Amino acid sequence: MNDDFPTPITTEPSTKNKTGTWRTFRPVIKYENCIRCMICWKFCPEPAIIIVDSNKYVAKNDAIKKLDAPEINYDFCKGCGICANECPTKAIDMVFEESLEE
Amino acid sequence: MKNLTIPEEELMLPGHTACLGCGATLAMRYALKALGKNTIVTIPACCWAVIPGVYPARTLEVPLLYTAFEVTGAAISGIKNALEATGNDDINVLGFAGDGGTADIGIQSLSGAVERGENVFYIMYDNEAYMNTGVQRSSSTPKGAWTTTTQVGKVRDWKKEKKKNMVEIMVAHNIPYAATASIAFPEDLIKKLEKGKNIKGPKFYHIYATCPTGWRISPSKTVEIARLAVESKVFPLYEVDHGVYNITYMPKKNVSVKEYMLPQGRFRHLTEDEIKEIQSEVDKDWNLLLEKEKWTQSLNKVQ
Ligand SMILES: Cc1ncc(C[n+]2csc(CCOP(=O)(O)OP(=O)(O)O)c2C)c(N)n1
Ligand code: SF4
Ligand code: SF4
Ligand code: SF4
Repeated sequence: MNDDFPTPITTEPSTKNKTGTWRTFRPVIKYENCIRCMICWKFCPEPAIIIVDSNKYVAKNDAIKKLDAPEINYDFCKGCGICANECPTKAIDMVFEESLEE
Repeated sequence: MKNLTIPEEELMLPGHTACLGCGATLAMRYALKALGKNTIVTIPACCWAVIPGVYPARTLEVPLLYTAFEVTGAAISGIKNALEATGNDDINVLGFAGDGGTADIGIQSLSGAVERGENVFYIMYDNEAYMNTGVQRSSSTPKGAWTTTTQVGKVRDWKKEKKKNMVEIMVAHNIPYAATASIAFPEDLIKKLEKGKNIKGPKFYHIYATCPTGWRISPSKTVEIARLAVESKVFPLYEVDHGVYNITYMPKKNVSVKEYMLPQGRFRHLTEDEIKEIQSEVDKDWNLLLEKEKWTQSLNKVQ
């Protein structure tokens, strides 16, 4: 390799870039309506939805309480609204960010 | 216990710079879930050249080589042959290019790679225009669409030509495997890529990837529109495995072309009659596909 013309190599993970600052609408999961189908996780284009332990949130009913739950990582969620649009139980609300700030 | 229908492993990191609701990012996310860590990706000029972020940011957990716009087919051929020459036979090499980079400017190097029978994967993520440079028409832009080079308004110069059929072009090369796939059907998409791992030779995938920015739709509708494209038969899901056609999803909902087009700003100018004309073309293409499936499957049984 020629040292005068080094090959540029990308090394820094994009996770340093907190794209959550782009957000206008915040998806908020109403866990009491969530059936833990993980459809929101499947369709998030960032991906900004992670899978967390079943006990972390109160489950809608006993049938699903052993299933791991979705959780939104607001560091990266851009607020596209795909998760809310695809959720079969309408368990995700899109809330205007400015209405959340005190 | 996990309730997942696609692999859990993520090889695409968040923090990338795609627009909100970008379908092209879903295409990459699913493709890498299917192909796994043992993969090298090559990307020419396109939205995906920008999505990983500003140098030195990287968003893929696998090696990624940027190439010039027109050479994806040549680059993946070179990488694969170099790997095989050094005894690394088990690495998947994936070319990942836009519709402009595939159906227009990259078609010669892709054609060469497929004709030579290179053992590679090629994905055309189809956002149906040159999006990275601001929504110019490509040969994969569908008939009826507005783009910045097919203007509407008084001139009504919307795209009058039909979309180029890349799968048919690949089939004409006697490619071992070619398929369509959609970001709204990730299980089907992943299955087709996994199938490709057991097929020697070139594998071509035409993946429908909604672009909310260029199509003038809400980013929340990215998956919904992609689903309507399949249900309305505008974008059928099928594969051609060694010349045999197989429709992998039968539309269930009887959605009209109008229902697919109406929510999209890029088709807003079309009149009832113009949509009807497009509907009849979609019906014709669908019937032809059904016939191809019947015919090639019966030929296959005779042999
Ligand atoms: C030879 C060459 N011509 C033109 C360009 C400018 N250019 C960069 S990206 C792009 C559009 C790519 O369109 P497409 O392949 O459809 O991918 P998309 O941006 O839609 O994802 C163009 C024209 C270039 N980089 N190289
Ligand atoms: S899509 Fe809705 S119901 Fe399913 S896991 Fe996500 S929030 Fe819960
Ligand atoms: S709003 Fe969009 S980016 Fe945010 S979690 Fe939902 S799908 Fe992901
Ligand atoms: S212009 Fe379209 S394809 Fe490109 S990053 Fe934005 S949404 Fe994705």
